[in-house]
Amino acid sequence: MFKNLMSWIEYRLPFMDKMNLHVMQYPAPKNFNFWYFFGSLAMLVLVNQIVTGIWLTMNYEPSAEGAFASVEYIMRDVDYGWLLRYMHSTGASAFFVVVYLHMLRGMMYGSYQKPRELLWIFGMLIFLVLMAEAFMGYLLPWGQMSFWGAQVIIGIFGTIPFIGEDLTLWIRGDYVISGATLNRFFALHVIALPLVLVILVFLHIMALHEVGSNNPDGIDIKKDNDGTVEQTEADKKFTFHQYFTRGGKKVIVDAIPFHPYYTVKDLVGVAGFLLVFAWVIFFLPEGGGYFLEPPNFEPANPLKTPAHIAPVWYFTPFYAILRAIPHPFMGAVAMFAAIIALALLPWLDRGKVRSIRYRSGLHKINLINFCISFVALGVLGVLPAEGVYTLLAQIFSFTYFGFFVLLFFYSKNENTKPLPVRVT
Amino acid sequence: MSNAPVDHGRRRFLTIATSVVGGVGAVGVAVPFIASWNPSERAKQAGAAVTADISKLEPGQLIRVEWRGKPVWIVKRTAETLQQLEETEKNLRDPGSDVAQQPAYAQNQHRSIKPEIFIAVGICTHLGCSPTYLPNDFSAQVEGIQAGFFCPCHGSKFDMAGRVFQGVPAPTNLVVPPHMFIDDNTIVIGEDEGAV
Repeated sequence: MFKNLMSWIEYRLPFMDKMNLHVMQYPAPKNFNFWYFFGSLAMLVLVNQIVTGIWLTMNYEPSAEGAFASVEYIMRDVDYGWLLRYMHSTGASAFFVVVYLHMLRGMMYGSYQKPRELLWIFGMLIFLVLMAEAFMGYLLPWGQMSFWGAQVIIGIFGTIPFIGEDLTLWIRGDYVISGATLNRFFALHVIALPLVLVILVFLHIMALHEVGSNNPDGIDIKKDNDGTVEQTEADKKFTFHQYFTRGGKKVIVDAIPFHPYYTVKDLVGVAGFLLVFAWVIFFLPEGGGYFLEPPNFEPANPLKTPAHIAPVWYFTPFYAILRAIPHPFMGAVAMFAAIIALALLPWLDRGKVRSIRYRSGLHKINLINFCISFVALGVLGVLPAEGVYTLLAQIFSFTYFGFFVLLFFYSKNENTKPLPVRVT
Repeated sequence: MSNAPVDHGRRRFLTIATSVVGGVGAVGVAVPFIASWNPSERAKQAGAAVTADISKLEPGQLIRVEWRGKPVWIVKRTAETLQQLEETEKNLRDPGSDVAQQPAYAQNQHRSIKPEIFIAVGICTHLGCSPTYLPNDFSAQVEGIQAGFFCPCHGSKFDMAGRVFQGVPAPTNLVVPPHMFIDDNTIVIGEDEGAV
């Protein structure tokens, strides 16, 4: 009876076949390490944001008059409202933590290289939408930092020659940031951008499953079936979806099915993540003033600027680049270029060897340079732009972009180590 | 089904024509969605220009009008005050008003259209407090200068053209809003269409 029902459905919508294709019979390289937790963790945080977000809208009031009070109402009067809000606000920071680590993983193991360029582009689009989503969400509590942070960020668009002024007017829908701005940001934050985000995540995973997962060795696990590939006993143990062997043209080696092997492994990552996540929610929900900034506990006041305006920590590396350039519009261009440069990595890196394990010492140093520059810019973006900080921000902006320039030149003829035939 | 031969030219024409008409329709539909982001009529009303009557303004006097939720000062400067604008220049951060904090027609020494009438947004460029007008006692802040603006919050000082002094927290001169004279006694603040 049940079996008949299943095959009745399967005939009309091949659900089990797709599950096999993407989960139970998806060949994943057997050598994933902990760096491979962050993709599934990003999915987990996305679900957390969507669920807690839906619940927050049930009590939130998107108006200049009511927003701040409704957030206080959620925090004080709604049962577990504080928990839902802290899950959402901490989730925003957690999202960027896991996404930044996920991106670093991709950079370390060359996961953006051919044939995964489109996969990387989708990832960068997700990152962009995520930043827009976080920025608009931060306006909603209508606190002082919400207001003045938005003032600064919308001001960036005002630096565009000729159209800047009109563009900011159009974005705000008023001559100042007002209820009109709040309402449209609310609409984009809860409906438009989450939809885009979910679609992009879907495309990201579809693109991943088409080209297959990279791995810490950066070598292919789908070999051409030219008769020379020897499958080990372990390789013969698993059945993978026939789609991946391309009708016998490919032989899959050193792979294990995503489920149950990596679902179980990712569960360990989830447990570890939730341990830290819950600890922050319960004991450090404001993140020491970095997740929720102190001025945001005061309602927005257009006539009173906070003593020091700093964006939330996940924007600060790019914000530091913006401020490092003395010219406002060129600063905005440099900030945008910092993100575009990342998106262009598949073409800036002309190397054929993917993983850092087999690349040159120069590449290792360069990647360390990138990490140091990024973190240093992040720290400088929180500090006031004055004196030596401005100079440091300029130096680290230079080394940040230097990473890409150097990479472009040395990757053409890089002194790499020989690649192993099989994953280690 | 007819077995008539396919006219590819005609098929291509129809495809292109349909795409173009559909594209025009799509652009047309996009217009209301994009235009709805413009300031609404209510927002435009609230942000509209305000008119001020200065016929009763005495020399040395300051009046405030509200424009877009901000206090706007109108000051009638005395001849001595105007003279002292020259003296203060060596102590100013931006005496030539090079930073665009004013419309082009107010980028002069007195930062106004008519030398005696000064109009500025009364909000300190440091952190948005409203500076105090000191018509007679400013010399306590800057030696030898009779009148000026002093911000009580963090001690920023501005001369009678709203130009910021050196060594104070405020980075730039006070903002001069767009404005124009309708006649000698009537000023419109927030609009300068057609004004010189």
